[in-house]
Amino acid sequence: MTPANTSNAAAIASKRDKRRQFITPEGVDLELAIASSGLRFAALVIDLTIIVLLLIAMTLLTVWMEFGGAGNAAKIIWLLGFFILRTFWFILFELGQRAATPGKRIVGIRVVARDGGRLTADAVIARNLIRELEIFLPLTFLGAGATEDLVGWGTSLAGAAWTLTLGFFLLFNRDRMRMGDLIAGTWVVQAGRARLDRDLGSPSAADEGLRFTDAELGVYGVFELQELERVLRQRELRLIEQVAATIRTKIGRSVHEADEVFLEAYYRQLRARLERGLLFGKRRADKYAKD
Amino acid sequence: MSAALQTPAFSASRFRAEREGDWIAFDALLTRLEKGSAAALSTDELLRLPVLYRATLSSLSIARATSLDRALNDHLESLAMRGYFLLYGVRERRSARLARFFTRDWPAAVRAVWKETVIIALILLLGAATSWLMVANDPEWFFQFVPEDMAGGRTPQASAEYLQSTIGHGKVEDDAKSGLHVFATFLFTHNSRVSIMSFALGFAFGVPTMILEYYQGLVLGAMMAVFAGKGLGVQFGGWLAIHGTTELFAAVLSGAAGLRIGSAMLFPGDTDRLTALAKAGRTAGKVMVGVIIMLLCAGLLEGFGRQLITDTAVRYAIGGVLLIGWLAYYYAPRRGAA
Repeated sequence: MTPANTSNAAAIASKRDKRRQFITPEGVDLELAIASSGLRFAALVIDLTIIVLLLIAMTLLTVWMEFGGAGNAAKIIWLLGFFILRTFWFILFELGQRAATPGKRIVGIRVVARDGGRLTADAVIARNLIRELEIFLPLTFLGAGATEDLVGWGTSLAGAAWTLTLGFFLLFNRDRMRMGDLIAGTWVVQAGRARLDRDLGSPSAADEGLRFTDAELGVYGVFELQELERVLRQRELRLIEQVAATIRTKIGRSVHEADEVFLEAYYRQLRARLERGLLFGKRRADKYAKD
Repeated sequence: MSAALQTPAFSASRFRAEREGDWIAFDALLTRLEKGSAAALSTDELLRLPVLYRATLSSLSIARATSLDRALNDHLESLAMRGYFLLYGVRERRSARLARFFTRDWPAAVRAVWKETVIIALILLLGAATSWLMVANDPEWFFQFVPEDMAGGRTPQASAEYLQSTIGHGKVEDDAKSGLHVFATFLFTHNSRVSIMSFALGFAFGVPTMILEYYQGLVLGAMMAVFAGKGLGVQFGGWLAIHGTTELFAAVLSGAAGLRIGSAMLFPGDTDRLTALAKAGRTAGKVMVGVIIMLLCAGLLEGFGRQLITDTAVRYAIGGVLLIGWLAYYYAPRRGAA
């Protein structure tokens, strides 16, 4: 095995490792993908940023009301607002149709019940009340250290670090479950929306002038085809140039036409060839697999 | 060589051209449903929804087997997933779900944690008894139990008049009275956070939960000792009872919910730990919804009821009626209960 071969296999394996069987009553496996810890963290940061911005706006409002002479009402609104934001922000959004907070929506993930059943309100509440322990307790430690002289910086930092380890729980299991997920019986999975992009494979007149032989098409498999698709959809000129040059050297063709025209024609014909294989029950995973 | 160009009877491109209309229609319906409610769709559209969903699932199966178009497969996968969660997500109307929660699920969940409730209640009482005895013997102990900002000047050194003013008897200046609202709100949010925390701490085998509940008992006992020492015990009891029966009950239930999770981790029973934990978590989640509702009631009683009703007997009556009401709601035998 060449190094490239193993890295390909590793990439495919890691992708499969994140897929979880999730069979609908119609018998189709939805193959949900577990959201990575990076995505989860990004979603959390977005949510916390929004919450902090709202808090700042609320504080400004309080100060303004205090000048207007309604100091106590303002204080009550602030206290209640803070409580509701920190306790119900996650709960209310995850109870919605899309089972995701704004942060989760932006990065394209959602909460799902692990057993495939419906996501119940008690599960959403259980998983989010645990946040009090995972996020807000460490923050409280830091806050206490910053405002009061009773505890030294060292103590409060140590407290924050110790409690933060609870938040890192999701790094230590394969399903990326927070402690809250464990209790609620939930998963967070990827739910990004894939746009229905144009069909690159429909036959085109350009194929008449630019035909590839079976031998020329036989050098690649599905993995390479889909990488080529990615390049073509991204439409990045430098990448297209590089890939076109690589393929031309590999199959021994000289430059006769524009890179994009060449690549699209090659993609169409390679796909037609590999899909024909699929119909006969042959799936060539990548260029190392036997044709 | 020309074989590659012959279009076969079946090709992924043709398949897509044939079915694309359904996917686009399904996508549009889903987007509208996700934004609004089912009421936004006409009857025709609602009837088309499951048909389009099944068409999409069938397309997904075919595409997986025959198409190598990554973008197409990804789109169908995300469409099928969105459709699945929308169609199977909600099986009953929101109002029916709410009604079921209040009539069945909530009391049933509370009943299910009755053992834990008893344990936590005993711990709370033990804490209160401990600190009461200690503070009654030596008032200096008070400062070990009650933090400064929670005491609000209600220390053993305070005068009886001042103590009386804090519980709504005697003369209170208007300024201080409006300040009490803020203090009550602070206490409500503080108590809710403590309850949530004592639930969340159940994760560590329930030990911190029990410590927290014991500590709450300590604060309570110390305060009672201060007021009782100045001969205000009965009045303080009334001041506490009007909302306290609800609030302390809620605190005990939150601790019980936490303890249930801790005990499910230690003693999963017949199932594996993960399943036992998820099951306990759902019961505890229901209890916690109830706890938050109870704390809201307690907050309202604390913020308004206690300020408006200053007669000690009436305070006791309200507190007592509420306690009996909660107990009856949770534990009274009912028809159809499992």
